[in-house]
Amino acid sequence: MKSSVITFPGSNCDRDMHVALKKFGFKNKMVWHADTELPKSDLVVLPGGFSYGDYLRCGSMASKSKIMQSVINFANSGGMVLGICNGFQILVETGLVTGVLLRNKYLEFICKNVFVKINDKQNNYFKNVDSEVLELHIAHNEGNYFCTNDQLKEIEDNNQIAINYCSENGEIEDQFNPNGSTKNIAGIFNKHKNVLGMMPHPERMIDKSLSGEDGSLFFKNLINNLK
Amino acid sequence: MIVNEQVAVDHGLKKDEYSKICELLKRTPNITELGIFSAMWNEHCSYKSSRLHLKKLPTKGKKVIQGPGENAGVIDIEDNDAIVFKIESHNHPSFIEPYQGAATGVGGIMRDVFTMGARPIANLNSIHFGSPQHKKTKNLIRGVVHGIGGYGNCMGVPTIAGQTSFDSSYNGNILVNAMTLGLVKKDKIFYSKAAGLNKPVIYVGSKTGRDGIHGASMASASFDEKIEEKKPTVQVGDPFTEKLLLEACLELMVEDSIIAIQDMGAAGLTSSSIEMASKGNLGIEINLNKVPCREAKMTPYEIMLSESQERMLIVLENGKEGQAKKIFDKWNLDFAVIGKTTKSKKIELYFDEEKVADIPVNTLVENSPMYDRKWKKTKLPKKNRIKKEDTKHLKIIDVLKKILANPNVCSKEWIWQQYDHTVMGDTIQKPGGDAGVVRVHGTDKAVAAAVDSSAVYCWAHPLTGGKQVVCESFRNLISVGAKPIAITNCLNFGSPENEENMGEFVECVQGIGEASEYLKFPVVSGNVSFYNQTKEKGIKPTPAIGGVGLIRDYKNMITMEFKEFDNLVLVIGKTEGHIDQSLFARTILDEKNGPPPEVNLFNEKNNGETLLKLIDNNLIKSAHDVSLGGIITAVAKMCIKGKKGINIKKPKYLINEIEYFFAEDQGRYIIEINKKDFKKVADILNKNAVHFDELGTIIKNELYINDKTKVAIDELSTTNKNWFNNYMSK
Repeated sequence: MKSSVITFPGSNCDRDMHVALKKFGFKNKMVWHADTELPKSDLVVLPGGFSYGDYLRCGSMASKSKIMQSVINFANSGGMVLGICNGFQILVETGLVTGVLLRNKYLEFICKNVFVKINDKQNNYFKNVDSEVLELHIAHNEGNYFCTNDQLKEIEDNNQIAINYCSENGEIEDQFNPNGSTKNIAGIFNKHKNVLGMMPHPERMIDKSLSGEDGSLFFKNLINNLK
Repeated sequence: MIVNEQVAVDHGLKKDEYSKICELLKRTPNITELGIFSAMWNEHCSYKSSRLHLKKLPTKGKKVIQGPGENAGVIDIEDNDAIVFKIESHNHPSFIEPYQGAATGVGGIMRDVFTMGARPIANLNSIHFGSPQHKKTKNLIRGVVHGIGGYGNCMGVPTIAGQTSFDSSYNGNILVNAMTLGLVKKDKIFYSKAAGLNKPVIYVGSKTGRDGIHGASMASASFDEKIEEKKPTVQVGDPFTEKLLLEACLELMVEDSIIAIQDMGAAGLTSSSIEMASKGNLGIEINLNKVPCREAKMTPYEIMLSESQERMLIVLENGKEGQAKKIFDKWNLDFAVIGKTTKSKKIELYFDEEKVADIPVNTLVENSPMYDRKWKKTKLPKKNRIKKEDTKHLKIIDVLKKILANPNVCSKEWIWQQYDHTVMGDTIQKPGGDAGVVRVHGTDKAVAAAVDSSAVYCWAHPLTGGKQVVCESFRNLISVGAKPIAITNCLNFGSPENEENMGEFVECVQGIGEASEYLKFPVVSGNVSFYNQTKEKGIKPTPAIGGVGLIRDYKNMITMEFKEFDNLVLVIGKTEGHIDQSLFARTILDEKNGPPPEVNLFNEKNNGETLLKLIDNNLIKSAHDVSLGGIITAVAKMCIKGKKGINIKKPKYLINEIEYFFAEDQGRYIIEINKKDFKKVADILNKNAVHFDELGTIIKNELYINDKTKVAIDELSTTNKNWFNNYMSK
């Protein structure tokens, strides 16, 4: 399986993603934002970080960089595109997924482990994951997902919500929402579920010496689904 | 502008310093030259009051690759890997403008580290605020924490540990000390010593603006009512540009084209160019028209004294300019050849085809003033006798709860959750433990780091306090299973012109030196911050020590949370019952006098090294050093983190329960072991003549004391966590 990780100026989880993808069997290439062509890939990842310093609006400038036209074309032709954290912010700026990411409710950066419940398994990202709840890690300042009521109805009707913040046992309640996001949304798909944007960082949870191992579950499953 | 004595005094120079300048130059300096002298001769850059004493610190050791004098210290962690690290203060700017002050402090120290070719892998900080009740404190905390997070998070470097304290002596002068560790290959370390003639001098990074002019001079003065007017002297940080600068510099460093490199920190272009020239025993010629400027019509004076952030000065091999420029273009950074090295041994500046400065380098560096300031020795205070009737009404659990909710002991999760502590994917011990630990990427090794200070002990008796801080750093590293290697120090004091403050400095430094010599824990880098005072009142002496140690196999790392029911808990080290200057004495008895706990360096070393032996033999399940709040506070924290209880019994000593549980005697650790290993552990401890007490057994959910009183761990946990959250949300 071939993957590509895009490096934008200010990306800082690009190496971590590279390490994770390699660990679970992907042949990964790092792709520079100013390139115009994507290498042949089964998966394209927009990594976390602070592309363009989060200036103007998180993800906004990166969404206009040269490589993104190729990424958009790739997504529109059914290619798998995964955006993590700042990558999610870039995805909403391109319009590949619906909605916006506002500043966290308490106006503070949050770095901690959270639980998320998988809402939909009819897709290549979560199909066959042997668990309903994953423990993942978040580290962001703008992860407060928001969309209009019409948009919300649409993504709910299409089952486009990927994961919701929840308790250890999978209860989706306000008290388990770290950033104020609508309906505890932690990640959403595009209509065809080949594009996934999510705030949590599975690449930081790939080793029991780190924060945990549920990220390993995510990647192992992902590569198996793509094979 | 005509330069005279008054202009010099307005620049923070003393009258006799000004006459010395005229004498050295054999003429009156022009305004640009005066600005340069004032920047190089201020306390912050010249160390004029501290140099004499800093010389006495032990700086050498088998593992030391580079001691003080470079951008940062470097230690050997084997296999051709080295760690570059340093701590630095950004106190004055952080009080005036907390967000930018703290942010640029973090940015500055990271630059010091990657200037040497090392990729930053961990940040730490030591921050100190005034009384929680003081009207400024809350906003200062918020600003400082946001600033540290704002910069470090954007850079993608994890903040893995830190220290936060409150004391009314910081009401008008908060302390913000930032520390960074970087990883480098031993044969790829870059230094700031220029070499070779006619080599191009390159400016890279951000453009130069009018921010931060005279920042270093501001940091060399006391505060008064007019301090708010100094806001323009605070630099403004741009972590995004610094991230680009980091990547661009590391990319250029893969090649062998850099001869010398120096970041533009305090006193900007002035100190960076002069330091490179001075170390290389060369001259430097700069055409100031070539310096990329952010604002129009900047004068030579402004260009030389600007402290705009995210800039570097590089001396390059001839002919490598094109290749280097390509890299900086790729990262969208300014790149300009602004001058060359010369044999003149002078710093010569040109602007609009006119020579605007011509100063022999040695007058700025070697001939800078050095003072043997007057200082006063602090006598060891007399011990207090704690009367039985003062403590007999106290219930241990109530006192424990008060201590766990004390601002200096309570959980600082509110702070460190705002710092990205997991980016880079190698953080194996997060903030909240004895030390932060990161793996050396792609290896089995891990590096532990901690930062400590004990202002109260240093204030009560500077010599003992200085020793104690080094020992505490040593213990924190050992508690996570790391072998301590070296330290960096950030020496925060009041005015050196005040005999008492100067005495505190001299004796703390002596204490640090004695402990680091004995423990073979040398000082490899550091920074002095004087004039932390408002009007006549200085802060409590606050040397902060950043310690670094190595764990050979990260799987053997130790954490502090209790692990398993039925395991035994021991106290290593003797408890003498020293209550003076303990948190108990100061907050519960309101007794502020008396000596700090005595430091016995032999016990400290012996206890620590013996614990490392136990860890090497896989006999330790968890460990935690005993510090503020004594044995019971340490044990309670291990219960809280491990979500387990303990049944403890006071050993049959002559001292009473209060003394046993709350004393802050040094050289002690709490350890958890499996029952079946008890004999092995006891043998090793006895063989090494280490005193230990059997304290108790791990149980479920509750803390029992002597079978009678008990408290739920959940209750202790809530008490410990709530203080900070409640305080910040009020």
